[in-house]
Amino acid sequence: MIQFLVHDKQDTVGVAVVDVKAGQALEGRDLSSNGKLSAKSLMDIPLGHKIALRDFQVGDTIIKYGCDIGKVVKPIKAGEHVHIHNLKTKRWA
Amino acid sequence: MASKDRTVLAYRRENGRVGVRNHVIILPVDDISNNCAEMVAGSIKGTLALPHAYGRLQFGEDLELFFRTMIGTGSNPNVAAVVVIGIEPGWTQRIVEGIAKTGKPVAGFSIEGKGDIRTASEASYKAKEFVQWASELPRTECKLSELYISVKCGESDTTTGLSSCPTVGNVIDKHCAAGGMASFGETSELTGAEHIVKSKAADKEVEAKFTAMFDDYTKLVFDQKTSDLSESQPTKGNIAGGLTTIEEKALGNVEKLGKKTKFIDALKPAEAPARGPGLYFMDTSSAAAEAVTLWAASGAVIHLFPTGQGNVIGNPIEPVIKLSGNPKTCATMAEHIDLDVSAILRGEQTLDQAGDALLDLIVRTANGRLTAAEALGHREFVMTKLYRSA
Repeated sequence: MIQFLVHDKQDTVGVAVVDVKAGQALEGRDLSSNGKLSAKSLMDIPLGHKIALRDFQVGDTIIKYGCDIGKVVKPIKAGEHVHIHNLKTKRWA
Repeated sequence: MASKDRTVLAYRRENGRVGVRNHVIILPVDDISNNCAEMVAGSIKGTLALPHAYGRLQFGEDLELFFRTMIGTGSNPNVAAVVVIGIEPGWTQRIVEGIAKTGKPVAGFSIEGKGDIRTASEASYKAKEFVQWASELPRTECKLSELYISVKCGESDTTTGLSSCPTVGNVIDKHCAAGGMASFGETSELTGAEHIVKSKAADKEVEAKFTAMFDDYTKLVFDQKTSDLSESQPTKGNIAGGLTTIEEKALGNVEKLGKKTKFIDALKPAEAPARGPGLYFMDTSSAAAEAVTLWAASGAVIHLFPTGQGNVIGNPIEPVIKLSGNPKTCATMAEHIDLDVSAILRGEQTLDQAGDALLDLIVRTANGRLTAAEALGHREFVMTKLYRSA
């Protein structure tokens, strides 16, 4: 069973397609290549929310759909939840 | 069966356009005529009043948009006949004459000098005549590709970008390849994905037209904003569903445009497409009821509405088909969802299969099946207003 999906091979976050628990070993799939991926969650991540696939520093750009979706405002470790507490828009700011 | 060969049983109007519903509407010109219009709709069964909040002291481009929306709504092929009721005869007659160009039955009544009761009485005789006439109109065989389809998502989340929006994109590719007409919009909600939209313009002229509209909307946001809009766009529902930024939301949104189809014109709000079959951009708000009202006024007869967290919108004259790939929403809000595509998230359904399932549902809806929003009585009719009245 798949727990997360990735839109594009360049993406640095995945989307949980089930409710994920902290410490779970996750199986994922890259929709652009149908390739298998794996990750480990460091925290609970609800269905539809994003999981970091690598570490990020403040000021880094996060890629989803192969595109820029905003800037990191707090350090993020691979496996952590990515959302409004650590990612902000670069537009309208 | 290939999309181009599929047929539906629908209503061919006097001007040749194809509608999938047979409404007789009582259209108030202005806010203060809503009451009289509702008196008529209350008296004559099978008619539908479309109350709204505006129509007085508007001017300039805002007034032009008002007339385009009123005349376009009455002209929509899902409407068989129209009774127009306004406070005074001038603007009432302007709308009657605009709708009459389609060849469909339309009559206008004004309230000043008579009052609500006598106006409603006179209008009711005409409404009864129209509704009995319309009730005998037959559905006839028309091509699926003759339907003008609009698309817009709402209460999106990350599942819409993964499943329901690309399912709509698959239908857009198939419908437009078969010679159909379709329209997308949501101008501000393309922010972060505007480069993708520009790459889908059919030529430089269309791209320039789109870019001017996009830049104009961006300027409006910057002129009026008091924050980064993170309380408004994305919405609280979007954020609950996992969407974080406008860029992320926009990239999911544009999945609805399909993989192959180019758009051939950029329309003003409520402007009818005039370049024949194909995909059109329309400059709209991203608020669901406002946007769908504009598409209905441009002549669209079926709307495809992907939702993640469960937007419940409907429209009085344009059936709104809702699809969702969020398994929680499909379970907890099942009465609002016409098509469940959550199997895509489980890897058990391809986008092509989901697109075919949606095409089947479009055919059934066109043939007369009520959508969830129609069965539940959703009739959101919301005019877009560009600025304050004089």
